[in-house]
Amino acid sequence: MTPQRLVGARPEPAFEITVDGRPVPVVPGQSIGAAMHAAGIRSWRTTRFEGRPRGLFCGIGVCFDCLLTVNGTPSLRACSTQARPGDEVTTS
Amino acid sequence: MNGYDLAVVGGGPAGLAGAAAAARAGLSVVLLDSGARLGGQYFRHPAEGFHAARPGALHHGFGRFLRLAADVTARADVRLNHRVWSVERGADGVVVRCLAGDREERPVTVTARRLLIATGAYDRSLPFPGWDLPGVLTAGGAQALLKGDLVAAGRRIVVAGTGPFLLPVGAGLAAAGADVLGVYEANPLAAIALRARPLPGKVAEAAAYGLALLRHRVPFRGGVAVVAAHGERELTGVTLAQVDANWRPLRTRTVACDTLAVGYGFVPQLDLPVQLGCATGPGADGGPVVTVDAGMRTSVPGVYAAGESTGIGGAELAELEGLIAGRAVAADLGRRVAPAPALPRRRDRLAAFAAALQRAYPVRDGWHSWLRPGTIVCRCEEVPYSRVAEARRLGARDARAIKLLARPGMGWCQGRVCGHAIASLAGEPPAPPRRPIAQPVRLGDLAAPPDSGTEPGQAPPKEIR
Repeated sequence: MTPQRLVGARPEPAFEITVDGRPVPVVPGQSIGAAMHAAGIRSWRTTRFEGRPRGLFCGIGVCFDCLLTVNGTPSLRACSTQARPGDEVTTS
Repeated sequence: MNGYDLAVVGGGPAGLAGAAAAARAGLSVVLLDSGARLGGQYFRHPAEGFHAARPGALHHGFGRFLRLAADVTARADVRLNHRVWSVERGADGVVVRCLAGDREERPVTVTARRLLIATGAYDRSLPFPGWDLPGVLTAGGAQALLKGDLVAAGRRIVVAGTGPFLLPVGAGLAAAGADVLGVYEANPLAAIALRARPLPGKVAEAAAYGLALLRHRVPFRGGVAVVAAHGERELTGVTLAQVDANWRPLRTRTVACDTLAVGYGFVPQLDLPVQLGCATGPGADGGPVVTVDAGMRTSVPGVYAAGESTGIGGAELAELEGLIAGRAVAADLGRRVAPAPALPRRRDRLAAFAAALQRAYPVRDGWHSWLRPGTIVCRCEEVPYSRVAEARRLGARDARAIKLLARPGMGWCQGRVCGHAIASLAGEPPAPPRRPIAQPVRLGDLAAPPDSGTEPGQAPPKEIR
């Protein structure tokens, strides 16, 4: 079973974004963070003092741990930013 | 004042029911929500692009939500992707400042005669060694990924914490094909059953989830907590501890997993009511909730609150409170509203149930013993437990003094994640959150004159006294 099969999804064709140059497929409507998680990318930011790895934590826009840069715009929340075709995501 | 009769902040069950009731009574209503789709956290659902034949497979009452959402969309002005960062009382109502768009951040100001706050809640987190590793998510975060994006948070998942919410999280992930290694409730199950005895409905609901877990061969254990997470760049395992009644570890074992979904109940989102000066009082867990009367009116004239902000109570109670609030707003603005004395009685009953349920899942202080000197307590500012302990040695007796000395809660999340933990370490109940700006805002938007972001076609808001 998969989450998509559980709800009987027949998703529209996926589009691509890139994460540090690597292509990642997205179902239209997914958040950048969800698409990255689905692609197995779960660690994408390092903290400024100790360089600790971070990714999604609260998943609903509260914790700001999942920040990344999209098309040059910094400090966007991966969990609450919907992916758009061709988005270039860069991590730090 | 120009603008709307009612502005509703939050598109979950409470906000939707409030907007629908007020609009049905003839009021002009705007509903603002930070998300891309209506539903809030409880009714978070996949985007259109998935064309889900059974979008409610992971929900209770999804058909009811769809009808309510359609009703609100037809009768009210629904504005999604609007994050409210400030509310102020104006001469004759409220001024609501938002950032619109999920990345461009266009400033938008909305004015209304009345305000309904239905901002919901978020997971309550407790720190433990390794809890900031990628792969550790809040229980609500794992649920949001599943319900909203149809992504299982991982392959081998441990669900832990306290509260009835852990059961649907574990059952949902198992049904979606993830290998759920166990659902671990920190409180002893016998104690929960004893305290939840007067709540037969909740016991039946829990039993249904228990059966679902059984079907997927997922162990459900009480008196067990995750006291440490392990891994270098990502989570590779957790330490499970059999804990005593106060949550002190007795015996431990390590389990290999790639994901931990962990939550200790919920914290109401109170930024906006506190900005406005609404009175708060202790909820069932001792944390602050908005004080309301039988019509969901707060202590501030013209401002109403419904749902989790008045006390953690779940979707059914939230929807009822929204309905009561929407009707009260209409009546207060002189509209004819048919009397419904059964509604407040039903609300009192459900609220008493919700409080009893919350008391059945207390957070015990024994979690303090899970901390090591280097354990991160504040994720944003990377404050280790040793600095909090040092602040206490230097004489910091309350959470505010600890914050000023050791800086937990000073970062991006403004203490939303560590606030409960810091208060607990200070030995006091959490204080109402003081966040004059509820969302990160660019300095340019802060400096902009008050009417610069007003929607075209709307006159600027009146001068604020």
